Amino acid sequence: MPRPLAPNDATHSELSTDSDLTSNPPAAGLAQEPLVSRRSMIVGAALAAGAKVLQGVPGAPAQAAQSIPNPTTIQGRTVDELGDRSAFVRSRRKISNSGTSSQTPLDDLYGTITPSDLHYERHHAGVAVVDPAAYTLLIHGLVERPTIFTLEELKQFPSASRVCFLECAGNLARNAKEESRAQDICGLTSQSEWTGVRLSTLFREVGVRPAATWFLAEGQDAAVLARSIPVEKAWDDAMIAYAQNGEPLRPEQGYPARLLLPGWEGNTNVKWLRRLELADRPFMTREETSKYTEALRSGNARQFSFLIDARSIITSPTYPQTVKPGWIELRGIAWSGRGSIAAAEVSFDEGRTWHAADLQPPVLAKAHTRFRYLWEWDGRETTVLSRAIDDTGYVQPTQRELIDARGLGAGPYHLNPITGWRVKPDGRVVYRTERWA
Amino acid sequence: MIVMAVCVGAMACQRTEPRDLAARRASASLARVASSAPLPARFGYGRPATTDEIRLINIDVGPDGVGLPAGRGTAAEGEPLFAAKCANCHGPAAQGTPVAVALVGRNPGDAFDFAIAQDRERTKTVGNYWPYATTLYDYIHRAMPFDKPGTLAPNEVYALVAFILARNGIIKDDVPIDARTLPAVRMPARDRFVPDDRERSTRVR
Repeated sequence: MPRPLAPNDATHSELSTDSDLTSNPPAAGLAQEPLVSRRSMIVGAALAAGAKVLQGVPGAPAQAAQSIPNPTTIQGRTVDELGDRSAFVRSRRKISNSGTSSQTPLDDLYGTITPSDLHYERHHAGVAVVDPAAYTLLIHGLVERPTIFTLEELKQFPSASRVCFLECAGNLARNAKEESRAQDICGLTSQSEWTGVRLSTLFREVGVRPAATWFLAEGQDAAVLARSIPVEKAWDDAMIAYAQNGEPLRPEQGYPARLLLPGWEGNTNVKWLRRLELADRPFMTREETSKYTEALRSGNARQFSFLIDARSIITSPTYPQTVKPGWIELRGIAWSGRGSIAAAEVSFDEGRTWHAADLQPPVLAKAHTRFRYLWEWDGRETTVLSRAIDDTGYVQPTQRELIDARGLGAGPYHLNPITGWRVKPDGRVVYRTERWA
Repeated sequence: MIVMAVCVGAMACQRTEPRDLAARRASASLARVASSAPLPARFGYGRPATTDEIRLINIDVGPDGVGLPAGRGTAAEGEPLFAAKCANCHGPAAQGTPVAVALVGRNPGDAFDFAIAQDRERTKTVGNYWPYATTLYDYIHRAMPFDKPGTLAPNEVYALVAFILARNGIIKDDVPIDARTLPAVRMPARDRFVPDDRERSTRVR
């Protein structure tokens, strides 16, 4: 449901306000919201016509289960041109108060690919509408051959696909409450399989000059958002992506083409990309000076802090779930912009001892990696923490280590503390809150 | 079969040049099915960009002033412009509102103490945090005003830049701002910014 944009650019700091943490209601029932899609209407019709009662529809709200007819007794709907989720599934992004970002429901998901329509969003000037027939990418500056490419021409080049995460630099709700979901805590990260052309291929095509050390990446949204990127990243693993999870990019992910910088903060992955300019120095845009920099306790501000450090979060069981004593599979995701996840660990004693969780293969570099740990809960109040360790040896830090290194106010960017959940004796699971102020 | 081999090769070598793929396929006895040619020096896709085409969208302004257009403006000229086009969001004195950041404010002695407490984030202003005055021109021209981005003429942008700099006490009210004077403005936070050093080590930084 689109909301009017407020001219507010301070989404990240707002993330730490209480007002932004009103949790979505857990899996809303069918009766709570009108069903609008054609398929849902068919379900609705079945509901209305249902005389028989079917018990035990998994995941179905109790009220709906009362009136869903036995599916073995009626013909189902026929094929359709476009698929849709089950009418029983109510996963939604969570929209921030300012309307400039939305968070992925991490706790609703089971794998490592985020459904494209649930990919997190963070826009500086809304979602741009770009005509693919009119789309061009200009590469100029310190190059031998300033060149304009159409979308079709970009697609002609040898293509590549890779699975990697994106994450907003400001992805921690610092004033989270016990009743916060994983989505609220750090839902500004998602993962897709991206397909496009390697930036190195394009840079060879235009003949990047040796003097070029930086390039400006510029979008064609109303913010004409621009970031300076070191040229080395282009030769390493940067891409111009035109497809996401096998289909053209979603509008909110930069249709028809975006920059993709695996492992680097979301803001640098410029959407609706229109221009790359090679230069021998950074451009010092607003987004790399007054924003997306971290004032440190040393009295300096860290600039060009591209890297996403290793991080993890348990996504189940989490608020608002309740559990019973016995065997519980702890599930979560771990990721690092530095490389691959080497280990994900869980602790039941506030981090004094750690236990290795199982990693779900394939474990890819700069990618969300799912971990699981089978745990037998004895019914006593327990705090469950997780931490990630990547293949460079970097260990996800505690909140205290981050504050000691940077200062309390260095946020909101690049905060990746160990987080956890408290399982209460009555089975409720709540977020293990932390004080940041 | 060919399609499959090419896909497997591409997925496995995300960070490797296609040039190397041919050799790797050969050593993996895939050569017979994957006969993709080595990468040519150039594909010849795209067309040359003309100087005019580049000028049309090459809007960035660098810290050295490269990219600044002709024109000029003063704080006095900027004041009514700010009231008409900016104050609605940023407040009449550019002091900030719930929907837009403060643009004006210096810390005593230009102290740079933002890391001390979480609530300091909202107090960063042009005067106490922005390292380059040129960024003001670049950003205002690029993205402001929020409700009508891209509508300001160079003289208007220069005047608004002058107004914001003057209200921060960085320039005098009567100093005209243009392509020559703007890059020479030294911002209080100019020397505060250091490159990220996290990747050099696994320590928490």
